[in-house]
Amino acid sequence: MKRVHGVLVCPACDAAYKLPRVHAHDIIKCTRCGTTVARHQSHARELLPLTLACLVLFVLANVFPIVTIELHGARSQTTLLGAVWLLGTGGMSPVAMLVLMTTILFPMFELLLLLELLWPMRQGAQLKGHAWRIKAIQWVRPWGMIEVFMLGVLVALIKLVSLADVLPGVALWAFVALTVLLTRVVSFDPQGLWDLFDANSADSQAHDEDKDPIR
Amino acid sequence: MSHPRHTLSKDVAHPQARDLGLIVCQQCGSVWAQAQDKQTCERCGGRLHARQHGGLSAAWACWWGAVLLYLPANLLPVMITRSLFSQHSDTIMSGVVYFWAHGAYGLAAIVFVASFLVPLFKLAALFVLLRAARRPTLRRARELTKLYHLVEMVGRWSMLDVFVVAILAGLVHIQGMADVSAGVGIGAFGGVVVLTMLSSLNFDPRYLWDEGMKQEQAHDRANT
Repeated sequence: MKRVHGVLVCPACDAAYKLPRVHAHDIIKCTRCGTTVARHQSHARELLPLTLACLVLFVLANVFPIVTIELHGARSQTTLLGAVWLLGTGGMSPVAMLVLMTTILFPMFELLLLLELLWPMRQGAQLKGHAWRIKAIQWVRPWGMIEVFMLGVLVALIKLVSLADVLPGVALWAFVALTVLLTRVVSFDPQGLWDLFDANSADSQAHDEDKDPIR
Repeated sequence: MSHPRHTLSKDVAHPQARDLGLIVCQQCGSVWAQAQDKQTCERCGGRLHARQHGGLSAAWACWWGAVLLYLPANLLPVMITRSLFSQHSDTIMSGVVYFWAHGAYGLAAIVFVASFLVPLFKLAALFVLLRAARRPTLRRARELTKLYHLVEMVGRWSMLDVFVVAILAGLVHIQGMADVSAGVGIGAFGGVVVLTMLSSLNFDPRYLWDEGMKQEQAHDRANT
């Protein structure tokens, strides 16, 4: 088998195009089916600092309580893990697992993998042997749901406001910030990582042909 | 000096990569010639599939699973609230009604859309897509591909209610006054969300185009 350079194939309708040059802010759509096939990923450089910031926020978001409620002098508070634990011990272990995976395990896994990829690349190290990490990032990405969880927390809080005193905790703010930063991280298409991979591996013929990550 | 801009040509009759003997790696986007189906992509190690065989039946299976769970998800209580003298259970819909009755119309709308409309829309849309993949026509392929992307985009948001229940059940434990726990309905509901997501992940939208493109090419050949 032979790698064909200079051809772009739409993943959704299989239309073959001559690879276009992608300029800043360009979003290129398949003329036949309308799927975005290439976009300029100008913020590849931002990715490492963003990932580090996300990891810090992620720790804060999970260590501190999200919210405390007070009702007639009695208090109750919870962290995300605490809520998962109560669900699990309350006989809802499949749901507890689902929440654990979508809000903690998968996002954490993705951030750690990104860090492992991007840290060595900082000094221009080879990406060889990292293929499985990019693969894993692509696999977990649809299942990380921090932003949905964030909205869920807000809905829950508004529900509680009429019943008790609600005191937002440190983790709530950490989650808000994490949601914002993660949107930026996720806007970097994992396929763009493969193009960085190309640009980075010495033995690739792609080296002279597409230096900039085009997807 | 400005760079010349190459945009994608507007010609609708683009060749299918498969007809050119090319396979695109669905994982990393690299394009290969003289590659066999199921060979390993030399760039990323993923399997090359001209089409995702078996994806359709997996997508159907997940769809049926989601349909079966849809009723219990909506009828069984998702949340049980106990206070000193009473106990009451909420279903997905009664949660929406609660917000509406308390004048929180915006919130009622958000929860109604995320928990009721989105799952229903996904089930209907996936059904349309899966049916269409059996007998695709070029005329509808573009809209159906857009529908597919929409399903992929909105799918995750119906997890909203699962998270709401998780937080409330984790938080509201005040001895003797209020105690919230999760009901079995939320398990079924989570199942619907996961299964519809799996169904759309297994669906290969390229099926929507193949048959139509083949017919059009046959038509072109007949005309020349």
